[in-house]
Amino acid sequence: MKLEIKDVSYSFDGKQNILENIHFHVGDGEFVTILGPSGSGKSTLFHLIGGILKPNQGIISLDSKKINGLKGHISYMPQQPSLLPWRTVLENVLLGSELAGIRDKEMAKALLVKAGLEEYEKAYPHELSGGMKQRAAFIRSILSPQELMCLDEPFSALDELTRLQMQKWLMSVWEENRRSVLFVTHSIDEAVFLSDRIYVLSAKPATVIKEVVVPFPRPRREEQLLSDEFFNLKRELYAALKPTVTT
Amino acid sequence: MIGRIIWKKGAPFFLLLLLLIVWESVTVLLKVEEWLLPAPSAILTEGIESFHNLSGHLISTTELALTGFFIGSCIGLLIAAILHLFPSVKEAVYPLLILSQNIPIIVLAPLLVIWFGFGMLPKLIVISLVCFFPVAVASLDGFRQTPYELKHYFKMMGAGRNQLFWKLELPHSIPFIFSGLKISATYSVMGAVISEWLGAKSGIGVYMTLASSAFRTDRVFVSIFLIMGMSLLFFGIINLLEKYFVSWKRKEGEKDEAGN
Ligand SMILES: Nc1ncnc2c1ncn2[C@@H]1O[C@H](COP(=O)(O)OP(=O)(O)O)[C@@H](O)[C@H]1O
Ligand SMILES: [Mg+2]
Repeated sequence: MKLEIKDVSYSFDGKQNILENIHFHVGDGEFVTILGPSGSGKSTLFHLIGGILKPNQGIISLDSKKINGLKGHISYMPQQPSLLPWRTVLENVLLGSELAGIRDKEMAKALLVKAGLEEYEKAYPHELSGGMKQRAAFIRSILSPQELMCLDEPFSALDELTRLQMQKWLMSVWEENRRSVLFVTHSIDEAVFLSDRIYVLSAKPATVIKEVVVPFPRPRREEQLLSDEFFNLKRELYAALKPTVTT
Repeated sequence: MIGRIIWKKGAPFFLLLLLLIVWESVTVLLKVEEWLLPAPSAILTEGIESFHNLSGHLISTTELALTGFFIGSCIGLLIAAILHLFPSVKEAVYPLLILSQNIPIIVLAPLLVIWFGFGMLPKLIVISLVCFFPVAVASLDGFRQTPYELKHYFKMMGAGRNQLFWKLELPHSIPFIFSGLKISATYSVMGAVISEWLGAKSGIGVYMTLASSAFRTDRVFVSIFLIMGMSLLFFGIINLLEKYFVSWKRKEGEKDEAGN
């Protein structure tokens, strides 16, 4: 088991819990999604896993090692691309691995080709479109050596069409490497299309209220988005999310 | 279109030319005495005639200004880095930095001579004192204004304080540092001239004092124009360096303009 979250609670002010008794796990090479409404505490959960916040209660373990409050164990992709404006695209995608003390330029170039960014190797971030920036940010997190990748709503700022393209592209890259991924989103479609398993989070305080296994075979294809099974899953997830949205 | 570009780029030049023409006409028409206000043409002639004499002064002032500018800027950057990395030091020291700029140089300079003699040291102290401040303040602003989301990414990836400074905060503040350097570069020439008044063997400051006490107003104006020229030249060099080192920022700016 890659990541295990056991009974984790957290509050900013010591009174009102933002996260309460969170319990879930991510297996080796598994793509797991946390689905929850905005403001429920998904980013806060990532900050706990990343070690910049410490849980008030519970254990976060990676490869059976407790990592409460320890930094540098995950590869992270934030909601905004967060590329350095003074670095070229190539230098930017190398940043994550550089912070961990390694640099593999050849690998970086190969991945940029796969992302259709080979012509932009020497370009600066402001010359890229929103989707291209996110692709560069994703490559940066693939190149980071930590085995678990944590992606925090990486596509929420993109328009609908670009988002679908990005999801397909992400699937194709991920299905080749099969890293363990913890993905956060508030979009039901995105969760079902990408994940092996989905945890649904309630709001205020956030806790896991449902676990769903996505049965579709891989590689995933767009046609699956139109199948009955897909709609049934969506309905199930919607029903689980609904009470948390209305209250 | 081309006419507009020439007008835009050349406007300060045309304005200066106009001013000189007015000045020349006034001195000729009103028959102003040479020792009160020499005509620009007289200043130019004097400048060309004594150029041979002047070049030595020019070189020593340039050397002094450059050395002082370099030392002052390094100190400014160092102080900014220390204050940024140790916030508790910043609270104590920052007010003192501002106070340091309120010391009247004219009063301080003779004191420095009493303490350190007539060598290079008191002069370099005077120039450094005026040059470090703009660099320190600009760099501190640059460090402080590092975007939150970039810092957040670094922290989530487990970057240490060193990595955060060298890979994020320092590169981010380079455009800020250049703003500080431009101000310091122009100050450094004035600083050098003032420090030469204290007593030096050569330099524009010395030349100026001699000319002034001999009522050679034309020579005083020659030195004034030389000082202005040097300041402009320093400023231009820093500008060129900035264009080279901050090329990514320039492209960003062009994009913004095209977008509007
Ligand atoms: N630094 C903070 N101090 C206090 N409250 C915070 C802080 N950061 C986030 N919160 C609160 O925690 C809740 C969860 O925020 P967040 O984890 O960003 O949600 P999500 O990522 O699911 O949209 C929100 O109600 C927010 O107001
Ligand atoms: Mg969030």
